[in-house]
Amino acid sequence: MAQPFNPSVPIYLQLCERIKNRIIRGEIGIGERLPSVRELAIDVEVNPNTVQRAYRELEETGIVEKKRGQGTFVTENPAVLQRMREELKTRHIMLFVSEMREMGYTELEMLDGLKDFLTDKEE
Amino acid sequence: MIQLESVSKRYLTKKALKDVSLQIEPGQITGLIGSNGSGKSTTLKLIAGLLRPTRGTVLIDGETANRRICRRVAYLSELDSYYSFFTVLETVDFYARTFSDFNRVKAEEMLDFMKLDRMQKVKHLSKGNRGRLKIVVTLAREVPFLLMDEPLSGLDPMVRSSIIKGLISFVDLEKQTVIITTHELQEIEPLLDSVILIKNGVILDQKRVEAIRRNENLSLSDWMVEKYGD
Repeated sequence: MAQPFNPSVPIYLQLCERIKNRIIRGEIGIGERLPSVRELAIDVEVNPNTVQRAYRELEETGIVEKKRGQGTFVTENPAVLQRMREELKTRHIMLFVSEMREMGYTELEMLDGLKDFLTDKEE
Repeated sequence: MIQLESVSKRYLTKKALKDVSLQIEPGQITGLIGSNGSGKSTTLKLIAGLLRPTRGTVLIDGETANRRICRRVAYLSELDSYYSFFTVLETVDFYARTFSDFNRVKAEEMLDFMKLDRMQKVKHLSKGNRGRLKIVVTLAREVPFLLMDEPLSGLDPMVRSSIIKGLISFVDLEKQTVIITTHELQEIEPLLDSVILIKNGVILDQKRVEAIRRNENLSLSDWMVEKYGD
């Protein structure tokens, strides 16, 4: 049975995120072929039209490229992949900062906390 | 395209559908959702040409839905509708003889996919396997419209999952349109392009599932509860 989706976000966007994460983690390599629309649809139990939409979305941002009659491939353009990594980093930092702010931590406290946490881990 | 124009259906004194007008786009999976007795099955049977409207018209690609529309529409009944003394294989043979659009090769592939024993008699199949067999004989038909009345109801999660996977594997949305009635929303939601919400024989709303998530931040079941009110 498939992994459940967040109920308040369109499924095609969640699929895009999952695919991007897999690319960043290296589970899908540079230049590698993505599963076909139907393969992925069966795997995660969603409508093939939804998978198609997710692939189109990824194609528009340049992360994947469609090759006629061969399928959809992860781009080999390092700039695009680098941009995607940066975007993901920024988003996670934003999430962290906004949650910390909400709890009333100052920026200095955040920075110190982060530094301490990272040095502690290294020792 | 499927069109209902001011359709009403009355069973003796009970009004099952009240002046319903709607259009269903081709190439999509549409869910017809609502509580028990809301008019889901009646709507599906009218589209399948198995019932005649008391008033109004039902058109399938411009053609009036009557008994002959079964050439273009495959209908999966909520009830068990085959001969219990047949084996699985005999059931498939029977459908292949009955419908000229029946794709024997596809049916065989699906029997393997669903892991059905061809030699077993239908009456000896588990409820889950009877559900799977129904899906096989319905999806093996190469018709533009597939109608499924509660294909998941009363089945365990494993069977539901295999039916959903079977549906995704064997439906060709470039050529086929699917309408599913259901009240098991959670599992079916990722499968749907759009939904039609029906209550007491009246259409409350028709929407794309993605729009519900994006604009109202609601899952399908929360949306249904909100729209249904009381």
